[in-house]
Amino acid sequence: MSVELDVFVVNTTIMDEEVYQLWLDGYTVNDAVKVRMEGGVLEGCEASAEVLHSDTMDQYRTFQMCERLLHSPVKLANQLLFQIPPHRQVMLIERYYAFDSVFVREVLGKKLSKGTKKDLDDVSAKTGVTLKSCRRQFDNFKRVFKVVEELKGPLVENIRQHFLLSDKLARDYAAIVFFANNRFETGKKKLHYLTFQDFAFCAGQLISNWTVGALGDYNMVEDMDVDLEKEFLQDLKELKILITDRDLLDQHKSLVCTALRGKTKAFNEMEANFKNLSRGLVNIAAKLTNTKEVRDFFIDLVEKFIEPCRSDKWTAGDMRLYLTHYTNSAHVLDTFKHQVVWDRYMGVIKSCILKMYHD
Amino acid sequence: MPGKLKAKIVAGRHLPVMDRASDLTDAFVEVKFGNTTFKTDVYPKSLNPQWNSEWFKFEVDDEDLQDEPLQITVLDHDTYSANDAIGKVYIDIDPLLSSEAATVISGWFPIYDTIHGIRGEINVLVKVDLFNDLNRFRQSSCGVKFFCTTSIPRCYRAALVHGFVEELVVNEDPEYQWIDRIRTPRASNEARQRLISLMSGELQRKIGLKVLEMGGNAVVGYLQCFDLEGESGLVVRAIGTACTLDKLIPGSASNTNTHPNTAPASNACNSPSKEIKEPVFSEDPTHPLSVPPTPLRTLPSSSSPPPFSPSKLCSRQSSSSDTDLSLTPKMGMGSGISVGKEAGPLKTLLRQQAQSALEQREFPFFTLTCFPPGFLVHIGGVVSARSVKLLDRIHNPALGNTRSYKLLDWNSVAADEPETRDAWWEEIRQEIKSHAKALGCHAVVGYSESTTIWYITHTILRPTSISSEEVCILSASGTAAMLNPRFMREGCLDAGGSDQRLSRQPPLGMVGSERAEGEVSSSWLGFDDASPPSCGFCHIPYDEFNMPFPAQLTYCYHCRRQKVPDVLFTTIDLPAEAAVTGKGCLIQARLCRTKKKAQGEVNATAISNLLPFMEYELHTQLMNKLKLRCMNALFGLRIQISVGENMLLGLASATGVYLSALPAPGGIQIAGKTPSDLSYDQHISTMQKRINDTIAMNKELYNIHPPECIEEVVGSPIPDRQRSRLFRSTSESSDELSELDLSHGKKDAFVLEIDDTDAVEDIQSLLTDAPMPAGFYSCNTEVMPGIYNWTSGLQMFTSVRVYRLNNANLTNQGLNKIFTDLCENLLKSLYFKLRSMIPCCLCHLNFTVAVPEEELIQVAVTAVAMSFDKETQLAADKALNKGSGENEEQLQFSMELCGESTSSNNQPTAKPSGLPESAMTHSSSRDRCSTWLELLRLKAHTIRRGSVKTTSSSERCSPLPEVRSRSLRSTRSLPCGAPVTVVKMTPLSFLPRTRIVKYLGIINMFFIRETTSLREEGGVSGFLHSFIAEVFAMVRAHVAALGGNAVVSYSMKECVFMENPNKNQAQCLINVSGDAVIFVRESDQEAIPPLITCGQTSTTGADGTT
Repeated sequence: MSVELDVFVVNTTIMDEEVYQLWLDGYTVNDAVKVRMEGGVLEGCEASAEVLHSDTMDQYRTFQMCERLLHSPVKLANQLLFQIPPHRQVMLIERYYAFDSVFVREVLGKKLSKGTKKDLDDVSAKTGVTLKSCRRQFDNFKRVFKVVEELKGPLVENIRQHFLLSDKLARDYAAIVFFANNRFETGKKKLHYLTFQDFAFCAGQLISNWTVGALGDYNMVEDMDVDLEKEFLQDLKELKILITDRDLLDQHKSLVCTALRGKTKAFNEMEANFKNLSRGLVNIAAKLTNTKEVRDFFIDLVEKFIEPCRSDKWTAGDMRLYLTHYTNSAHVLDTFKHQVVWDRYMGVIKSCILKMYHD
Repeated sequence: MPGKLKAKIVAGRHLPVMDRASDLTDAFVEVKFGNTTFKTDVYPKSLNPQWNSEWFKFEVDDEDLQDEPLQITVLDHDTYSANDAIGKVYIDIDPLLSSEAATVISGWFPIYDTIHGIRGEINVLVKVDLFNDLNRFRQSSCGVKFFCTTSIPRCYRAALVHGFVEELVVNEDPEYQWIDRIRTPRASNEARQRLISLMSGELQRKIGLKVLEMGGNAVVGYLQCFDLEGESGLVVRAIGTACTLDKLIPGSASNTNTHPNTAPASNACNSPSKEIKEPVFSEDPTHPLSVPPTPLRTLPSSSSPPPFSPSKLCSRQSSSSDTDLSLTPKMGMGSGISVGKEAGPLKTLLRQQAQSALEQREFPFFTLTCFPPGFLVHIGGVVSARSVKLLDRIHNPALGNTRSYKLLDWNSVAADEPETRDAWWEEIRQEIKSHAKALGCHAVVGYSESTTIWYITHTILRPTSISSEEVCILSASGTAAMLNPRFMREGCLDAGGSDQRLSRQPPLGMVGSERAEGEVSSSWLGFDDASPPSCGFCHIPYDEFNMPFPAQLTYCYHCRRQKVPDVLFTTIDLPAEAAVTGKGCLIQARLCRTKKKAQGEVNATAISNLLPFMEYELHTQLMNKLKLRCMNALFGLRIQISVGENMLLGLASATGVYLSALPAPGGIQIAGKTPSDLSYDQHISTMQKRINDTIAMNKELYNIHPPECIEEVVGSPIPDRQRSRLFRSTSESSDELSELDLSHGKKDAFVLEIDDTDAVEDIQSLLTDAPMPAGFYSCNTEVMPGIYNWTSGLQMFTSVRVYRLNNANLTNQGLNKIFTDLCENLLKSLYFKLRSMIPCCLCHLNFTVAVPEEELIQVAVTAVAMSFDKETQLAADKALNKGSGENEEQLQFSMELCGESTSSNNQPTAKPSGLPESAMTHSSSRDRCSTWLELLRLKAHTIRRGSVKTTSSSERCSPLPEVRSRSLRSTRSLPCGAPVTVVKMTPLSFLPRTRIVKYLGIINMFFIRETTSLREEGGVSGFLHSFIAEVFAMVRAHVAALGGNAVVSYSMKECVFMENPNKNQAQCLINVSGDAVIFVRESDQEAIPPLITCGQTSTTGADGTT
């Protein structure tokens, strides 16, 4: 005797969160049944593996039918096919759009193209995330990217409204979209120590300070939060004077050193490296007009600034102290006229470096 | 032009992409009613079009309003080629025709396509302006309310219960039309859906006419079914109970309709030309049932005509009905027991026509399963009849070689066809009626009819040729009962002044010419004699000395005055006033029998030969299982027999309970016939031990501790009868003696002799029923006896399984085992899936089995899981066990159940006759009949008795002790405020902790879904899963559009699934029905979550419900 057809449909769709997670994680039905058995779900129920299998199948089918709706979460709320209590809808959406940080690290900054998708099996093998799950996550990134690409207005808000995500998740997606759009390089070996959350933080900084939307100008320009502001990038070139003008450079150095003296053990290294470090930061700024250089923003930060400091054994406190004084001292320079651009630049650089300065 | 239908198409959303190039759709809508069609403008390039159309107005007859659905078709405009259909919405506008139902239909409807399923949604507004039509010869019956609910709907009061109404219409099935070979599957499915919609509209209208004729204004317990008879056509039939209902609104005028029963129209009683009658049912002179009904000794006027079938009628009415009849082809409930079965069709017809006006006697049948208190006087037992028919094209001359292609040519198609079908049913009903008579009863309650059709299904997907060898089993069953005639005559449920709360209106509403009769009938019943109402219905209605079947009678354990049977079987719900010990549980008997493959008449004969044996076996199983659970009565009994090519399946489901008024069930004893062998004895005693252990365990499980019952000694098969501490009477002791005898292997004991293999099998099957997991209860009735404190948490579900038997050469035993396992596994699966609802009860757990193809068994179940409050329950149980106090809680519960008037226990109206009636019990039919004849007899008549009993409530229920809080479950109810209206669905007639404030109309929908890409849709399971989900969605959308928030009495009456995996095709037909309602939560209670304490809370809660 074999079961040829077996369905169980309820009026108020209930979904087992555990099974949902297994489905999202790309488990096959059989594997999911195994996991559930090991999880002891049968304890206390007079049920067999068969029953569990049938239940798992039912739920998987329900998820598959829901998946189409999850692609445009707004539909989920007013579709008629499944009667799902609102708080369950929230859970379904949030979990569907959740992603594995190991996975997202692999594709962060890559073009969300078919080519990348083809390589997902490598990513899957590398990260241990099932291919199915990789595809779902990748498709989610791509879907969000495509939708917000054409929308005006603030990025995070758009994501939240169109995908009904929580604020945290919407911000993460904004970071992913931002990275994908600007194609920041994140895969180099030197960057491996950075987590997705580090990048997400930096992306948040860049979005809120360096884009068109950052000016609080809500003219609802397309891509206002996705592209860096061109004018600002042009202005950054002016900062070069800080390293090209010898006097200015010396003056800056002495101001910083005066302020730091006696406050840190790494003072000697700071003093010795000042010119190199300053050149590094200002050069990064000056090169940002070039799209290609923008991609290397993070790798440059690490190579030109973080690594030298790390080899000099700066502590995080040293770093904060140094950057604070480095930024502030520039205001005292008489001949340096680009205070506004400088602050806008250094504000972001400082918080990014502080975030990125760890092992 | 008595009506103007107005429709407005507002908008669409989530439409599918119809133009690949632009990924958009240019949608427009056609709105069609009858032959008139309107179109909206094309809304270009959008998946969310805003048409905002003008109001499309259709001026139509109200007859059409009732028959026709409003048909809305969404299309994609295509400049160069034909427009593509996106999908359709059929809207039944019947709810708008009754002033008390919905006034507007407005909302989002899923756009449905039979090939693609739901494709987006459309927002529609529909209104109807009805002009008054005073023409009494009209063909329409607008305004008659229909309810699927099989009790008096809550918020109404039954002024009068007129009785049985039935009707059927027949048409050619478009699926089998010639044209089907050239049209697309979509066109064919749509033709079918539309036809069925039309036919049900017409059927409802015709039934409505009959109701008006009888003077009623509503049909309760409306049961409509489709018989897809393949080539022979398509039959849509319905039965129901005509009533005059008054809306329970403070201050509302009471209804003034004073025409009591008018007989239903009648005209023909044709005998089918080629039917094969079950031999069993043939009149057997020696059969106990054929004994002329004995007048009840004690009822002086028992010989007077039963109140329901008064031949007197208002002549005015009947004449008009005649006219109607002649206009409408068909139908007929003719009647009469007097009509001999032998009479030729013609003769019968003539005779009936002659008699029609005068002698129309309605069948005293009631499709209700739950009654106002006092309505049921006594219950005799289950009566059922089955008949095997051969569906032959000969019966359908209109469908012969010259086929008519007109879909709805009623006159030509209907000419002969309904006569035959009517005659078939007529015959069955007569049989039921005579069975009831044999039980000393004048009425049948909980009545239902069903058919099982077997046809060669593998050709079903787009058949090119189909054989006409279809066999059809017609079944009818009900519970023989004596009813209180007042309900039929006077219309006052509360005549006795019983119910203070509900009967706000003086019972005098109906005064009239019938008065006199009313009086007669009440005196007839001897109403002055007092007998506790709560046990009255268990008392036997038949003559003790002339029992229709062997039975053991004892004096009622409650009143000690009347006789009650030892076991009572019924098809109704547990009466509210019944006193029950412990809890109930679902009891199922399952059976498989192999049958030789055959065709035509040979096949029909084979089937009808098997039927009686199957019924007997099922009955035996039920009885054994009942004993095993230490229970003595079955409610909601439903026996279904399905036919396959090479086997018959029988499934009987019922809810077992221990009625306190009936004697405690005896144990089950096993006896071997050849006690010589020592190891054999050993074996027997092991079995015996297992059985006794099981019984003891079940007592614990179901909390059955009859106060007067001394625990049985394990190992002793002899039930202790010494329990009656209070009322020991001499008769009791004699009873005891007989029971003792039983243990010695006498015939009426529950002795299983295990030296025949059947018995071994029986015992095995007895013991293989897995116990329910902790926290679960189950029943197939409206509610579970013994559970009172429901929370509002509920979950309705439908589960369908199809099994393939891989081994073609199975024996009966093998098949039985498989079938039993299959049902048990399904149950286990349900328990597992619903574990989050614990503690909960699966209510209305009714299985439907079918054999869609050789080696395939399909089981479908729709039920509701309702959670209850554990703590309150525990407290209640405890109180029950102590036998203390008041039955306050029970009372409340029952109010909720019986919906209508409240059930106060000492309701005068409810008084059954207290006369010393003869009582007898149906003897244990369970004994193994040694002779084949006896067996046949028992089986054939299927008359089972059961009696129900009620104990005085004072004995058992106690007020709730304090209880902490309603369970957390209340929080599980859906938060409202969701963008889409939450619509609850339940097969029950009520929602716990809520009050139904309005009935919006009946929901009766038929859908077909087909696919030619089965694999791509997830195989058969994926296909059916999404189809069922779609059906739910469409039901919910219709209810929401009517302004409702729940469907009660929901049922899936048909689920026909066919597949052809080789062609990657599948097709499924589903028919669902229910009542759309608006409910309100029992306000404060519900709103304040878990902190309210104490029993008082739930008490008041329940109160408000009624």
